[in-house]
Amino acid sequence: MEEQKSEAVLIGTWRSPYCQRVELALKVKGIPYEFIEEDLSNKSELLLSYNPVHKKVPVLVHKGKPIAESLVILEYIDEQWGDSPKLLPEDPYERAKVRFWANFYDQKIMPATLPIIMSKGREQEKAIDDMNELLREFEDGMKRDFPGKFDFDDSQNLGFLDIVVATYAGNYKAFNEAVAVAMSPEKTPQFWSWVNALKEHPLIKETLPPHDKLVAKMREKFYGQTTNV
Amino acid sequence: MEEGVKVVGFWPSPYSQKVIWALKQKGVAYDYIEEDLSNKSQLLMKSNPVYKKIPVLLHGGKPIAESSVILEYIEETWPQNPLLPKEAYERASARFWIQFGAEKGPTFGSLFTSTAGEEQDKAAKDALEVLKILEEQGLGNNKFFGGDSINLVDLALGWLAHWFQCIEELVEIKLIEPTTLPRLHAWVENFNQVPVIHENLPDKKRLLAHMKSIREMSISAK
Repeated sequence: MEEQKSEAVLIGTWRSPYCQRVELALKVKGIPYEFIEEDLSNKSELLLSYNPVHKKVPVLVHKGKPIAESLVILEYIDEQWGDSPKLLPEDPYERAKVRFWANFYDQKIMPATLPIIMSKGREQEKAIDDMNELLREFEDGMKRDFPGKFDFDDSQNLGFLDIVVATYAGNYKAFNEAVAVAMSPEKTPQFWSWVNALKEHPLIKETLPPHDKLVAKMREKFYGQTTNV
Repeated sequence: MEEGVKVVGFWPSPYSQKVIWALKQKGVAYDYIEEDLSNKSQLLMKSNPVYKKIPVLLHGGKPIAESSVILEYIEETWPQNPLLPKEAYERASARFWIQFGAEKGPTFGSLFTSTAGEEQDKAAKDALEVLKILEEQGLGNNKFFGGDSINLVDLALGWLAHWFQCIEELVEIKLIEPTTLPRLHAWVENFNQVPVIHENLPDKKRLLAHMKSIREMSISAK
C-alpha cells in the first residue's frame, strides 16, 4: 500500500534548521508530507502528545507514530525508505565518519553560535575566533575523511552531512545581518565555498527560509527587536 | 578473516566499558589498550585528533571515536546477537533514548560535583526527573530497554547500574530505590546479572576511590 506508506506529517517551524533537515530528507527521497506549523510560544496538544519528553520540533509522524530528534529522524527516513537515494553511505566505516562529524557539528559548532549572538566587542571577537577554530577543525575533518567532499555541484544528491550543514550554515547571510557581524570566511574558505555551492542546490534553495523574513525573526528572537517586514 | 580489533580505553570509564560490552556480547575478539589519560599516547592522539579522548575503536587500523558512533559501527559490522531492533521505527526509538541519555550527562555531572545545600537539592531533583522519564517512558514495563534482552540502549545507560551507585554513595543521596523507581531499580539488578555485564565491571571499591578523588578535585576547582 504505497499511499499508506507515504503518510508523513512533519510538525515544525519555518525557521528551525532542525526542521528543515527533515524537510530536505523527505524531499530528497521524494516522500510527500504534510507540514504543520507549530507556535512554540503556545505549544499544541499535538506536539505535547507526540514529543512528551522534549516538547520540541521537529517531530515526524509516520503512520501515526512519532519520531523526534532531527538526526534520529534522518536515520529513520533513510532506513524506512531504503530504496531511494541514500542519505548515508553503505559502508559501516564511512557511516561512522558521517555520524562522527554530524555529532561534532551539532554538539560543538551549533552551540558556539550562542556566545556570538549574546556578546559584544572583544568578547564577541573571541566567540567568533572560537567558532572559526571549530569550523577549521570541521573543514580539516572533511578533507581528511571525505576527499572530494568540497567538490560539490548542485546536480548531486544531497547526503546526510550536506543536509546537516546546509540547513544551519546556509543561513549565514541572514545571521550576519541580524547579529551585525563579519564571520571572516577567509579563515575557512573551502567550508564556505562548499556552503555556497550547497545553497545553489534546487532543494536547498526552496527549503531555506526567505532572507528578510529570517533576519526579522532572528532580530526578534535574539534581541527582542520587532520590525515591520 | 577478522582484521585486528583494538579498544583504547580507560578502566573507570563507562564509555569504554560500553564498547567492551558490545564486543563481548557479539563474541568479537579484541586487544585492549589501557590509556594513561595524564600522559596521552601517540596512538590516542593519532586515532582521535579531534577530541583526544577514549574510547577509540580500531578495526584493521581504522579508528572510530565517540562511543555512540562506535556502538553503531559494531552493530553494523558484526550483526550476530543484534543490539538494535530490526524494524525502523523501533530503531529510531532506541536511538532517541541513547541520545536522551547522552544529553542528560551534565544533569548527573552536576549532582556528582554538588555539595550539600540548595545546589545539591536542585541537582538531585533534576536527576530524579530524568530517571523518572527513563523509567516511565523509556523502560515502561519491560525488563530491559531492549525488551526481553539487552540492547544498545541498555549498554548506553549501563553506567546507571554501577557508576551511579558510586555517585549516590559520594553525595549520600539514594535516588534509584525500590520505593521511588521500582522498575528502574529492578532493571539495575537485572542488568548487573547479565553475564557479559557481570563479568566486565570495574572493581566497585577501586572505582569508588577513583570517583571520590575526581569529585574532590572538581569541587576544589570550583
